[in-house]
Amino acid sequence: MSEHQSEHHIVSPTIYFVIFGVLMICTILTVVAAEIDLNQYFGGLNIIVALTIAVFKASLVVLFFMHAKYSPKRTQMVIVASIFWLGIMLFMTMSDYVSRLWS
Amino acid sequence: MHRTGELFGQYKTMEQQRETASLGMWVFLSTEVLFFGGMFMTYTLNRSTYPDIFSEASKTINLWLGAVNTIVLIASSLTMAMAVWSSQVGKKKLLTIFLVATLILGCVFLGIKSVEYHEKYVEHHIPGWNYQFEPGADVSTNAHTQLFFSLYFAMTGLHALHMIVGAGLLLWLIRQSIRGRFTPEYNTPVENIGLYWHFVDIVWIFLFPLLYLIDRH
Amino acid sequence: MPREHYLNATYGIRSWLLTTDHKRIAMLYLVSVTFFFFIGGAFATMIRIHLLTPTGLLVTPETYNKLFTMHGVAMIFFFLIPSIPAVLGNFLLPIMIGAKDLAFPKINLLSWYIYLIGGGFVLYSFSTGGLDTGWTFYTPLSSVYSNSAVTPAVIGVFINGFSSILTGLNFIVTVHTMRAPGMTWFRMPLFVWAQYATSIIFILGTPVIAITLLLAGMERMFHLGFFNPALGGDPILFQHLFWFYSHPAVYIMILPAMGVISEIIPTFARKPIFGYSFIAGSSIAIAVIGFFVWAHHMFLTGQSTYSALAFSLLSYLVAIPSAVKVFNWTSTLYKGSISYDTPMLYALGFIGLFLIGGLTGLFLACLGLDIHIHDTYFVVAHFHYIMVGGAVMGYVGGLHFWWPKITGKLYPEFLARVAAVILFIGFNLTFFPQFLLGYLGMPRRYSSYPPEFQVLNVMSTAGASILALGYLLPMIYLTWSMRYGKVAGRNPWPATGLEWQTDSPPPTENFDVTPEVTWEPYDYENRPDLGLAIEGAPTHAHGDD
Repeated sequence: MSEHQSEHHIVSPTIYFVIFGVLMICTILTVVAAEIDLNQYFGGLNIIVALTIAVFKASLVVLFFMHAKYSPKRTQMVIVASIFWLGIMLFMTMSDYVSRLWS
Repeated sequence: MHRTGELFGQYKTMEQQRETASLGMWVFLSTEVLFFGGMFMTYTLNRSTYPDIFSEASKTINLWLGAVNTIVLIASSLTMAMAVWSSQVGKKKLLTIFLVATLILGCVFLGIKSVEYHEKYVEHHIPGWNYQFEPGADVSTNAHTQLFFSLYFAMTGLHALHMIVGAGLLLWLIRQSIRGRFTPEYNTPVENIGLYWHFVDIVWIFLFPLLYLIDRH
Repeated sequence: MPREHYLNATYGIRSWLLTTDHKRIAMLYLVSVTFFFFIGGAFATMIRIHLLTPTGLLVTPETYNKLFTMHGVAMIFFFLIPSIPAVLGNFLLPIMIGAKDLAFPKINLLSWYIYLIGGGFVLYSFSTGGLDTGWTFYTPLSSVYSNSAVTPAVIGVFINGFSSILTGLNFIVTVHTMRAPGMTWFRMPLFVWAQYATSIIFILGTPVIAITLLLAGMERMFHLGFFNPALGGDPILFQHLFWFYSHPAVYIMILPAMGVISEIIPTFARKPIFGYSFIAGSSIAIAVIGFFVWAHHMFLTGQSTYSALAFSLLSYLVAIPSAVKVFNWTSTLYKGSISYDTPMLYALGFIGLFLIGGLTGLFLACLGLDIHIHDTYFVVAHFHYIMVGGAVMGYVGGLHFWWPKITGKLYPEFLARVAAVILFIGFNLTFFPQFLLGYLGMPRRYSSYPPEFQVLNVMSTAGASILALGYLLPMIYLTWSMRYGKVAGRNPWPATGLEWQTDSPPPTENFDVTPEVTWEPYDYENRPDLGLAIEGAPTHAHGDD
């Protein structure tokens, strides 16, 4: 298995600074959004917005700072697998608690 | 003993050694996802069981210190990424500068964290240590808010521990970089420790909204 | 025997304690896991003696709680989980894929030391008050009320988890990046596929029990409330987190043994394995699906019916890839030229006992039935059939199969076959009565029982003494053979696989020249270079030919 080309891909500093800028904006955004009561429009909207922004920020760090965008498929598989597995834990455990309230 | 940059015996080529080290770090990081994940699970369940308590308790931790820390840590990820770039293009002095900057930012983060922890100590919000949520709080409120603070300290504490380890790794990297050990052909430790550092940043990116930004309005 | 090999390449205790040679590390693990097997076995002996009479023969109920707890902790965390991966996996994996060593040899050594440190904490716990919470450490008993030495035990198991994680990490990376030229994924031995699948579980599951025990330990030390209902916490959350790892852990224990069986059966049936890609795929399937079934340990905790339904259905599903393997092994036997060497006896025993253990798992996965048999001896019998009748037989069979390669010596064949039969008989006599006991209602983890259960209990204890003999014999003659056994050649069976093409014992670097693989695995019909011809050639596998 040879994926030589990706290990040597050099990401330019410009991209790093742009991503940093976006991350800063997102941080400000998430603080501002927390100060507004979004739950009046839709139950739980605050946490949804906060987590969406967090996931977006984390994705930027993974893809660009950690070079995942330029990494071999198997690295991307490792990333996806770990997130998916965490998802199994969260989803199936919470579904026990949530579904206790049904019927 | 092998010096940094040499080809180890079980590998055929430097490329294989580099690929292997990188995959090793990614697999290790996936274990960290599940490790922190267990605490995120505990958080999720407890917050969904006690939403109001968590909201109350969250208001008593310092939002601005948390926000500044978020900015500091993301900046340290920038300097770390720039350090990796410097090593890739052979700019050895710049590499050292960026590594030192990352370390300084990391220490600033830990410093602010200790200020926060001290605040909590003063307010009697450390579980198991003369805990009292507010003057006149009843047993039930104390017990349930204590859940929030247990999670707060457990999660930020484990995170801080990882940062301390990261700081130690950075010290080693700085020492090696001053000795000129890293070149465009060999910068694997910089890249991989960079991966670790970014991961620690990502954990904080989630901790910040989950702990500090619960229904602040 | 070759003049220089991994055992005699360097001398002195430092050359062993500071080795980075995967084969020597495997031997270090062999000694340590055997030690913990004795510890766990000692507790088992006390349990079985105690249960000879309805009111209990040996100890108080409080001490009895400690016996079964310490038996479980020692056996599961310090024997079963490391056994095949850390002993056989460490030794064989690099050789099987044509590599000089694992990807990270120093981390391999570190994993052994971490194991020892974890073991040290647990032994400290055992000797300073013991542990009475059950190996499952359910809260709030473990985190609040128990008066036994919970904290050091929890620390020990936590530390030991990192030993597993590092082993799994090493294996996964090695399989991806260190294969010899020509060794494609589908030319790898199934033993390697099994280790890879196991390593997926090591990586994704173990961190969760680590954090869970850490939280429980912190709860105990600092009186926090995550899992303590009196403080608003939830003990069921502990169970969810605990079993998220501990169910996949049982697949950690069985998958490597299945890998061993997949190596032994083709060798002693002199046939290529039937359905190679299905067996490889089913290993991965078990590892993955195994993460979706954990709450079948919690059917009686008050979890939602819908959740229980989902977990029950998924538990039935996870049986399918296991069944695929059993069908494939059996099909391999069909029209094979079968010889009953010791490893084959263990493999055949495995298939039968694993079948019983696996099928009784389906009984337990059935929601209605589980209400009746949960927490009874039915469960105890079920998991001992899989873990002892399955995993341990796979381990002992594998030790026999690769013993000539590891030591360069042959064990005494006749005595070994006798021991295998003794083990099989002793095992069934010990654990089959427990299915009956459980079905009749005898609860597990109780130090006393109604008098009508005594006959079956006595039978079980009698069986245990025979089982003990079955384990003792190999320990004696295998050790004996290291000095006095007949010298083994490169390929005594003979078998396909790269490990049989290098010396017995192998040189430190495994191969004199890096192999280039051009043949398919288990090619028993087409390997003249191994003396394996198609028709007319000697087909009887024999160690001393």
